[in-house]
Amino acid sequence: MNCEQYMIRQISLFSENKPGRLAALAKACQEENVNILAFSIAEADGFGVIRVLVDKPDVAFSRLTALGFNVAFTHVIAVLMRDEPGGLFEIASKLSDAGINIDYSYAFSGKNKAILILRVDKVEEAIKLLLSHSFTLIATDSIQ
Amino acid sequence: MRCWDPRIEEMPKEELQKLQFKLLKTLIYKVYSFSPFYHKRMKEAAVHPDDITCLSDIKRLPFMFKKDLRDTYPDGMIMSEQEELVRYHVSSGTTGKPTVVGYTKNDIYNWSESLARGLTSAGIGRGDVMQVSYGYGLFTGGLGLHYGAERIGATVLPTSVGNTERQIELMQDLRVTAIACTPSYLLHMGEVADKMGVSIKNNTLLRKAIVGAEPWSEQMRIRIRDWLGVDAYDVYGTSELSGPLFCECEYQQGFHVWSDLIYPEILDPDTQEPLPPGKRGELVVTMLQKDGLPIIRYRTGDITTIREEPCPCGRTHPRLERLSGRVDDMLIIRGINVFPSQIEHALLGIPDVGEHFMIEIDRKGALDEMLIKVELAKEAFSDKIADLIHTKKNVEKTLKNALNVQVSVELTEPGTLPRFEGKAKRVIDRRLI
Ligand SMILES: [Zn+2]
Repeated sequence: MNCEQYMIRQISLFSENKPGRLAALAKACQEENVNILAFSIAEADGFGVIRVLVDKPDVAFSRLTALGFNVAFTHVIAVLMRDEPGGLFEIASKLSDAGINIDYSYAFSGKNKAILILRVDKVEEAIKLLLSHSFTLIATDSIQ
Repeated sequence: MRCWDPRIEEMPKEELQKLQFKLLKTLIYKVYSFSPFYHKRMKEAAVHPDDITCLSDIKRLPFMFKKDLRDTYPDGMIMSEQEELVRYHVSSGTTGKPTVVGYTKNDIYNWSESLARGLTSAGIGRGDVMQVSYGYGLFTGGLGLHYGAERIGATVLPTSVGNTERQIELMQDLRVTAIACTPSYLLHMGEVADKMGVSIKNNTLLRKAIVGAEPWSEQMRIRIRDWLGVDAYDVYGTSELSGPLFCECEYQQGFHVWSDLIYPEILDPDTQEPLPPGKRGELVVTMLQKDGLPIIRYRTGDITTIREEPCPCGRTHPRLERLSGRVDDMLIIRGINVFPSQIEHALLGIPDVGEHFMIEIDRKGALDEMLIKVELAKEAFSDKIADLIHTKKNVEKTLKNALNVQVSVELTEPGTLPRFEGKAKRVIDRRLI
């Protein structure tokens, strides 16, 4: 099975905790006509990581690098969540039973549906596992 | 040749100390009798030459500062009659008046002798062609190394500074094997040579460099070795002490300071009390045989440590470690002396962060808090917060080990910290003391 079609390239940015960094990111994307599909911010002691899913990752990557951001690609998977109670728990417990760790996750709502973004330590295993339990994964080419 | 003057260089320590005491005693009687400046200073400190009964009695003598040389410009501190002097050097003062140093024939002899021992200990001698690319003239570097190299029978090529392309041509044509210059000029030569299509490593015979007169680091030594194929040896001395005087031996672990010429003390910058060997502090110098301009307990402002343990080269004279900064740059954090240069060196060993940094100091309650801002290297970026926290902790641990004081580290984005040309201002001290 080809797992690669479900490995979505997320852009991660290192950011100091100071105002304006997210705005600078949004402005750069807008100028390049790049759509931000989802984002999350993780903060720690004095710094943060901004994670964004965009429709044109390569364009965004080169523009942000040129602006001096510390940028990296990260592979994440996007799972369609069942729109009922316990949807998130179901995914998390399947992964943890299989010994796959979730490094982080965040969700966003699209048209009538919720999508969960996951970064896990064993990407291919997670993809196979979730597909085998008939979860719907978002393919890269449908958004990027 | 192993030693230039084995009798003195391998003399047992006890004998050296006896010799030092004899020389110190003579020096103190001489300045008390012939130097109005020192006579007055000693009177004010209520100390008479007869009070000096052992080497450690030197503590009773007053300090002398660079300011004293400026205040007595041009020649108020020169002890010899003018007809005894064979040369003047003048250092351009970055602030205020310049300082004038007068040399008797004997002073020039001892200066050259000191460098002759040092150059020999670095493996340079008869048969070598030494290019002296220090400035000649009022500055002491050029003529100092020139006389030292001639003394050991090396062939001197006195190129001075500048006209770098011609220097590189001459280096090739005259088969230069050793060079004396500042570390930054050596790196500049390397760049110019590369542009000319000349590899110093492969197309010249240059193998040794005597570098000093400005701060440099072990990392630069490695770079000079790898890139230029040249072994670099540290040289130390300031114009007040004569000029460049002491140079590292083949083991490159600090420069031997010749006990018959100099009595060094390391001073605690806070208490102004002498520190035992191995402790870091300000170098205070007494020149034991200088006549033209006597130097007694001169506060150099340079920070270093003294090593008394035997050197594998067999020379019995102590070594001073590479200078780690200036007293003026020193910070006191929770009672511990910290030098920005220590932070710089520690950061060079951590691949996860860049070389630029800023220091911010605050006082919370009774405690000093030091924050060091560093730039996260591109390669070290992970989008997992836990990894970044680990990186930050790691930098904090490395800096704490290097400085002996607790520090907080802030990771910043690349390219965001200020860059400096010339003297860096990396410290923001917000303590109200
Ligand atoms: Zn040695």
